[in-house]
Amino acid sequence: MTITPDVIVAHQLSASEYDKILSLLGREPSITELGIFSVMWSEHCSYKSSRIHLKKLPTESRRVLQGPGENAGIVDIGDGIAIAFKIESHNHPSFIEPFQGAATGVGGILRDIFTMGARPIAVMDSIRFGKLDDPHTGVRNRRVLEGVVSGIAHYGNCFGVPTVGGECVFEKSYDGNPLVNVFALGVFRHDEVFYGKASGIGNSVIYVGAKTGRDGIHGASMASAEFTEESKQKRPNVQVGDPFMEKLLLEACLEAMKTGAIVGIQDMGAAGLTSSTCEMGSRAGTGIEIDLRFVPQREPGMTPYEMMLSESQERMLLVAERGREEEVFSVFRKWGLDAVKIGVVTGDGMLRVKDHGTVFAEIPNRALADEAPKYNRPFTTPLRIAPLDGPNIQSHDLTADLKNLLASGDLCSKSWIYEQYDYQVRTNTVAGPGHDAAIIRIKGTNISVAMALDGNGRYCALDPREGTKLIVAECCRNLSTVGALPIATTNNLNFGNPERPEIMAQIVGSIEGLAEACRFFEVPVTGGNVSLYNETLGTPIFPTPVVGIVGILETGVPMPLTFNRAGMTIILVGGLGNPGSHELGGTQYVKVIHDSLWGKPPNLDMDYEKRVQLTIRELVRERTIESAHDIGEGGLAIALAECSFGPEGMGADVNLESGLKPEMLLFHEGPSRILVSTADPQKVFSIARKNRVEAVEIGVTLESRVVIRNRNQLLIDSRVDELRDIWTDSLQHLLQNPVLVNTNV
Amino acid sequence: MKVGVVVFPGSNCDHDAWYAISQNLGQQAEFIWHDSRSLGNVDAVILPGGFSYGDYLRCGAIAKFSPVMEAVKDFAREGGLVLGICNGFQVLTEAGLLPGALVRNANLKFICKSVPLEVVTTDSPFTHQAVKGQTITLPVAHGEGCYIAAADELNQLEAEDRIVLRYRGNCNGSMRNIAGVLNRDRNVMGMMPHPERAADPLVGSTDGLTILASLVNAGVTASRL
Repeated sequence: MTITPDVIVAHQLSASEYDKILSLLGREPSITELGIFSVMWSEHCSYKSSRIHLKKLPTESRRVLQGPGENAGIVDIGDGIAIAFKIESHNHPSFIEPFQGAATGVGGILRDIFTMGARPIAVMDSIRFGKLDDPHTGVRNRRVLEGVVSGIAHYGNCFGVPTVGGECVFEKSYDGNPLVNVFALGVFRHDEVFYGKASGIGNSVIYVGAKTGRDGIHGASMASAEFTEESKQKRPNVQVGDPFMEKLLLEACLEAMKTGAIVGIQDMGAAGLTSSTCEMGSRAGTGIEIDLRFVPQREPGMTPYEMMLSESQERMLLVAERGREEEVFSVFRKWGLDAVKIGVVTGDGMLRVKDHGTVFAEIPNRALADEAPKYNRPFTTPLRIAPLDGPNIQSHDLTADLKNLLASGDLCSKSWIYEQYDYQVRTNTVAGPGHDAAIIRIKGTNISVAMALDGNGRYCALDPREGTKLIVAECCRNLSTVGALPIATTNNLNFGNPERPEIMAQIVGSIEGLAEACRFFEVPVTGGNVSLYNETLGTPIFPTPVVGIVGILETGVPMPLTFNRAGMTIILVGGLGNPGSHELGGTQYVKVIHDSLWGKPPNLDMDYEKRVQLTIRELVRERTIESAHDIGEGGLAIALAECSFGPEGMGADVNLESGLKPEMLLFHEGPSRILVSTADPQKVFSIARKNRVEAVEIGVTLESRVVIRNRNQLLIDSRVDELRDIWTDSLQHLLQNPVLVNTNV
Repeated sequence: MKVGVVVFPGSNCDHDAWYAISQNLGQQAEFIWHDSRSLGNVDAVILPGGFSYGDYLRCGAIAKFSPVMEAVKDFAREGGLVLGICNGFQVLTEAGLLPGALVRNANLKFICKSVPLEVVTTDSPFTHQAVKGQTITLPVAHGEGCYIAAADELNQLEAEDRIVLRYRGNCNGSMRNIAGVLNRDRNVMGMMPHPERAADPLVGSTDGLTILASLVNAGVTASRL
């Protein structure tokens, strides 16, 4: 096949990128080589638009054993134990085919974890959709939500990893471009770590796992383009997942690693055979020569181009010591899996792909993996669609407002989702879905790992930098509220088209905010994922960085989120806050009650936030308190309601003393605040005072009612069970109620 | 007391069962690989939860042909104690060791949550330490846990006091709220809820020990004979 300009465009390579290929090779590429370059140099694989900015992130601490650049980050958690964790997006495939798109998203991130030698022990998901009751798109959004949730359930449940938490958000901005970000975490001993390196000239390159088919060809390039009407034609680009195969692959890989015969190992993710071969060779400074005739194939007649670009799932590439291949093969035989030698490690640094002896591609590994173009794309000021000033808001019925908020998609109970996930398998889930952070114990130690996943597209649409800092603060606060010390971060940056300077400005602002906050809260970034071109027909999504942070704590019975005894003193650690009027514009209150967005995100004082977190960790550790819940979206009133939804149905009688307007007082989302109940308020005050943190006594726990007054004016009065029923059943109702279809459009 | 935990390639609650028996109850537990034709010298066998061979066909439909199931059948025939949990229950019905079948949940979705159960009979090695009529709360985690059987089979199960556990509030559409049943000789039990997930106060509940401790102590008695 001749390489014409059309062929180059079809591979989403620019003219200058093609010129670079010509100069790297010193000749014209074959079509197979062009395909290989196109996937390795795609935005998805090469991070070409974001790399120069990602360098700004802090990546080191005494705990970080492996930072960005490997399949997952690795962090020491003590006792010779380490954790590997990472987040990845599967946004584009999940829109085209929700069930398989989400399922293979789970599969991909799990392989990233166990390819390092760690056994996956937890998954979390951050998922975003258009609104379920939208008259134009509601029906489709429901289908996508249902498909994504059952895809995640299908894969994780069968594989046997608990799905322990996450977030789910509904926003018009994700109508034509849902976000599916999957986080996974695994555990191992320090001496069990494996890397994706093809070391040792003469060692064998071995293919294991599922057979290669024609599915997913060019998935990585698809994930690097905007959605158009034609994307719907790309359904064959989405792969099909087989979680049982992945489970076998997990067990076989971990067992084979124990033989000592494996030198390096990497999963075949995006760009399958291509990325695994050239990245492993590049990291070790070696070459790899393979012959495709040995690759197990699902169908006959596949070309080298198709085999190199296939994204068939559940495959791994490993390098075994020469002469010890049989030790590896026998393990895979036990698990009924294909394991075939397909090539050798060479000393010439080249990726050489043959088929039945004929060379089809011959490219320096470094050219593919490390010399991808890097762009310093122009950026201006971040795209902003929202006005700074909003209307003067006055509520007629604050109790009704609270109920509407509790029924809203973002704030209602997500039990309809998480009850489809097995969140308990492996019996380590100390705190599962519905907590501020999930807690997983590590059996055989006294250590537990806590994890939280947060994003907020609204805040970032108003101010990408401040919004991202708020997300990091919130995530660390979630962890601190369950008593965990935050130690490391992974992130998934979901943005629109980086070639637009105002979008690029969002990306740069967000990364710089992430860098600043992660440095300040001492949670270095150990890896992550960038998903760009999240636009449909020219409309970008809200800038949506999603942050996953892990923490550690001593294993023990978790601190409850909910009130559990009557007559306990309720204290707001961090204080009522003192927000300016602009700070209401990004809240859930304005979103749900006024269907609007304006103003600025809440103001964050990172130094104060850190002291609040220090305080709550001490309160939890010392068991000075009976319950703790961080104030997040929806503000104080939502947090008080959520604290009442425990099995005891214990509500609150709250008397506030504030000059703030009631709407602001109840629903502003100012950070650095945590709601606790205690039998020993003086002890709470003294610990807070020591840390120079405000702690305000706001009321007492009260059976079966939530009553909130400010300066003796009644603001909210409701039965707990009434609020709880609204909150519990809402998602189901949103999915079942008929959509009012507007036929005029 | 030594409990064997069968491991099919897709079992994923095998380690949980092992942990509950060995760490929470302090008994011996060992794994038995699915292609093994012998169970060794175990006193009881657990078929754990998971997705035996992927279960893309019917759950347990392939597992019944595995070599280890021949050994399990022989063991059961000789009076050995066999407990099938979740996927293990599905395998036992497919293998003909228990009556009925488990089909997709009525809501067609996977369900993971803790549910209250009535201990219907204590006349079994799996519930002799419980109180008849007692409520225990155990997690369920299944997509195909809706128990069905022919009316006369159901009547017979009731007449012979072989329904061990019933859902209080039916989460999956099971006929007559059945969550666990016994074979005629009362030495084989299948149940959809997971007692091994409720065997440790750290993960929320110890109600499952009612079942597992009954099994272990029944096994101790049996092995002394």
